[in-house]
Amino acid sequence: MAAPKKGRNASAQSKPGRSLALILIAIVALTGGMFLAGHTTPRLGIDLAGGTSITLEAKADQGSAINKANMDTAVEIMNRRVNGLGVSEAEVQTQGDRNIIVNIPKGTNSKEARDQVGTTAKLYFRPVLASEPTGSAASASPSPSATGSATASPSPSASASAGGEKATSSTPSASATSQGRAVTDALKADSTPSASASATGSASPSASASGGATSEAALQAQYANLDCSKESVRAKTGDGAKPGDTTLGCGEIQGVWYKYLLGPAAVDGTEVKKAQAVFDTQTAAGWQVTMTFNDKGAKKFADITGKLAQNQPPQNEFGIVLDGEVVSSPYVNSAITGGQAQISGSFKQEEAQSLANMLSYGALPLSFREQSVTTVSAALGGDQLQAGLLAGAIGLALVVIYLVAYYRGLSLIAIASLLVSAALTYVIMSLLGPTINFALNLPAVCGAIVAIGITADSFIVYFERVRDEIREGRSLRPAVERAWPRARRTILVSDFVSFLAAAVLFVVTVGKVQGFAFTLGLTTVLDVVVVFFFTKPLMTLAARRKFFASGHKWSGLDPKSLGAKPPLRRTRRPSAPVETKEA
Amino acid sequence: MSKLGNLGARLHRGEVSYDFIGHRKIWYGISILITITAIVGLAVRGLNMGIDFQGGAVFTTPKTSVSVSQAEEYAKEASGHDAVVQKLGNDTLRIQIAGMDTQQSDKIQTALAEDFKVDRDQINADLVGPSWGDQIADKAWQGLAIFMVLVVIYLAIAFEWRMAIAALVALIHDITITVGIYALVGFEVTPGTVIGLLTILGYSLYDTVVVFDSLKEQTKDLTKQTRFTYSDIANRSINSTLVRSINTTVVALLPVAGLLFIGGGFLGAGTLNDISLSLFVGLAAGAYSSIFIATPLVADLKEREPQIKALKKRVLAKRAQAAADEEVAEVRGYDADDDEPEDAPAAVVGPRSQPASRSRGRGRPSGKRR
Repeated sequence: MAAPKKGRNASAQSKPGRSLALILIAIVALTGGMFLAGHTTPRLGIDLAGGTSITLEAKADQGSAINKANMDTAVEIMNRRVNGLGVSEAEVQTQGDRNIIVNIPKGTNSKEARDQVGTTAKLYFRPVLASEPTGSAASASPSPSATGSATASPSPSASASAGGEKATSSTPSASATSQGRAVTDALKADSTPSASASATGSASPSASASGGATSEAALQAQYANLDCSKESVRAKTGDGAKPGDTTLGCGEIQGVWYKYLLGPAAVDGTEVKKAQAVFDTQTAAGWQVTMTFNDKGAKKFADITGKLAQNQPPQNEFGIVLDGEVVSSPYVNSAITGGQAQISGSFKQEEAQSLANMLSYGALPLSFREQSVTTVSAALGGDQLQAGLLAGAIGLALVVIYLVAYYRGLSLIAIASLLVSAALTYVIMSLLGPTINFALNLPAVCGAIVAIGITADSFIVYFERVRDEIREGRSLRPAVERAWPRARRTILVSDFVSFLAAAVLFVVTVGKVQGFAFTLGLTTVLDVVVVFFFTKPLMTLAARRKFFASGHKWSGLDPKSLGAKPPLRRTRRPSAPVETKEA
Repeated sequence: MSKLGNLGARLHRGEVSYDFIGHRKIWYGISILITITAIVGLAVRGLNMGIDFQGGAVFTTPKTSVSVSQAEEYAKEASGHDAVVQKLGNDTLRIQIAGMDTQQSDKIQTALAEDFKVDRDQINADLVGPSWGDQIADKAWQGLAIFMVLVVIYLAIAFEWRMAIAALVALIHDITITVGIYALVGFEVTPGTVIGLLTILGYSLYDTVVVFDSLKEQTKDLTKQTRFTYSDIANRSINSTLVRSINTTVVALLPVAGLLFIGGGFLGAGTLNDISLSLFVGLAAGAYSSIFIATPLVADLKEREPQIKALKKRVLAKRAQAAADEEVAEVRGYDADDDEPEDAPAAVVGPRSQPASRSRGRGRPSGKRR
């Protein structure tokens, strides 16, 4: 390790200023970001800050029974939806036989969380048999803007999901649709659109709707009368439809509600392997959800798109039906074989992300109704927490006293390193609150306290190495440089073990264990960053100061009190009186 | 500082040293004793799993002026368990108690109604499931198993398999003791406790690796000399990192001790007791086991290796001979190391010894060492 002595020492000595500047800039930038983002404190977990408690009740409807197995599955899926990374500190548990309580910490977007846990997320791809805008059905205008103004949407969520920027892209297809239906969504795939001339075989709705033959006529009548612009109507539309049935659906496109007559489900959500929210920068289509099907799903999807591509509009569309609502109805002009599909609606970022999230983690086995939403106070009593924090502060003060007593001047470097480390941890945790819903709970606070020990260890290892070098008779500057490579190795080897633990646990586990792994990984990385970019450079700089270099009594590096061997060839004896004098 | 600073210097020079390896049997014995106590404690008392793991009963009171801490006491009296009390938005209280069945819950409901001076019907009782479900637990075990395998592989590559095994033994030792003491004290196991245990797991390994790193460094060229056995050098390695170990342990333990003793003892912050206890015991055990268990264990395993065995034989033979001709204390130069025992470990590590050689042989007569 001493091989590249000259060069490395020279470069290492020239760098400290730059490293220090780098880390200070990083801190300033992160702090600036923190203030810009407006989240100047970390989000706190329920145990520390309280939050919102949502009680959901399982609905007794078709399909699966309300039993323990289904409830447990629902809890698990909800847990993953609201706590996908394990850091948001949301809690999900059953209450009684048919209720589920979801507790989310203060500062979470509670509407979003409610959507996430309350949405069943049964997803079907159904061929569109017929569709038209409602509310102004008579006009059947081909212009989306015309219908848009005709039906002011009563839904509160309408404004949220209305994104008018896609009007241009929709115009061509709008003019093509015979029933005045603006197709705003496009389905894309890996395969190049082969522009297969659509054979106008156009099976009539009733012909292709083979599933629910019995109620076909009734359904047609219902379809004719369906008014999707009424929220009460929408809520019931498509309820209880089995995947194999032909059914009705409502969907909103640019603020206009359309009604759909939908064929039997061709592919369903369980065949989605993975879903992701992506921002489409190429077509400016905004946020989309891309899905990857499993093999079976991919094949079915290729089949259905191949069939649909030959139909006339709107029967070349399929409805992506989520919990009875048509979230998107793209048209197809060729079979899509890549096993990938995109849902593009006018999503906002959060909507796209939560939809992707729900599709990835699967549908709930039961449907739920929100029974009550209430705030809850912190699970830990406020005064007890105060006492705990005070006690922790006393402990930290003792650490500082100990460091000063033992390391004297060096403790300035130690304490400065701890402060930098604390500042970085605080700022990063604050920033992670809004970005990945990171919430700090009591165990995490305690973990951070233990992290103090691990961070401190890194420079204790280094200081002891430096002192050993001084004891060997070196002067400070070479001692600082010589001690570093060896201390560095120890620090890296041991931090790697911690990081390994963090990485494995983060990948494999779920829930709070995953959250713990995240905190551990973060503090470990910060430890390395602080030691490399702050403690070491600061030490190099300090070694240039007379106070340290001359081994001042209070510098903590006094060769005499360290019992250094005299650099000259003298016997050790003289060191003995020094010791007694000192003591 | 001077006391400890001097201790550091003297440890560095080898003037003071404690024979950790020589007394290992005592420490093994102590550890086995504590571990057995812990296991017995665990077997007899069992772990008192909290509501997050086993579910329990939840009571919702009507709008009330009773304070949260008062309600905690009521609930504790009524059930004999710790309760989690939260104030809900409409000034009602939610009281959760672990491990209740319907019958018990009925009784508590009645008792609580009396305490709150309301009708029994006004208190809503229900059973809740665990929020830390089986899936979380299963995945956690799975993650731990994978981590263990990987860490053993890593340590076997970065160090050697003996150290990997010793680190693993030390780890299990620490966790067992922590869990056992937890069972003996009888605190309820909360998710916080589990996180505390995981923290211990990380810390225990971390600390062991730091000690092993020094051991590896000092034993690099072990077989090139004949003055010291593996155990001798292992012992010196522990002594040379002792100051670091003490400092690190003090720094890591002080805040936790503050939480546990000052917070829990004087200020009555009982809620922090569970996690700070598991951290305190675990951190102490982690620091202890790295020095008293892991390193001697490596030495034990190492001494079985033929090479090291042969070395030991040579060293012992040499010492016997040296003892025989006492007068000629200066052993005839086998190589440089023989003349400068004090620098032997430094010489073993290589470059560092270079300038040190200026003062070689001045430390003390070579016979004094041991």
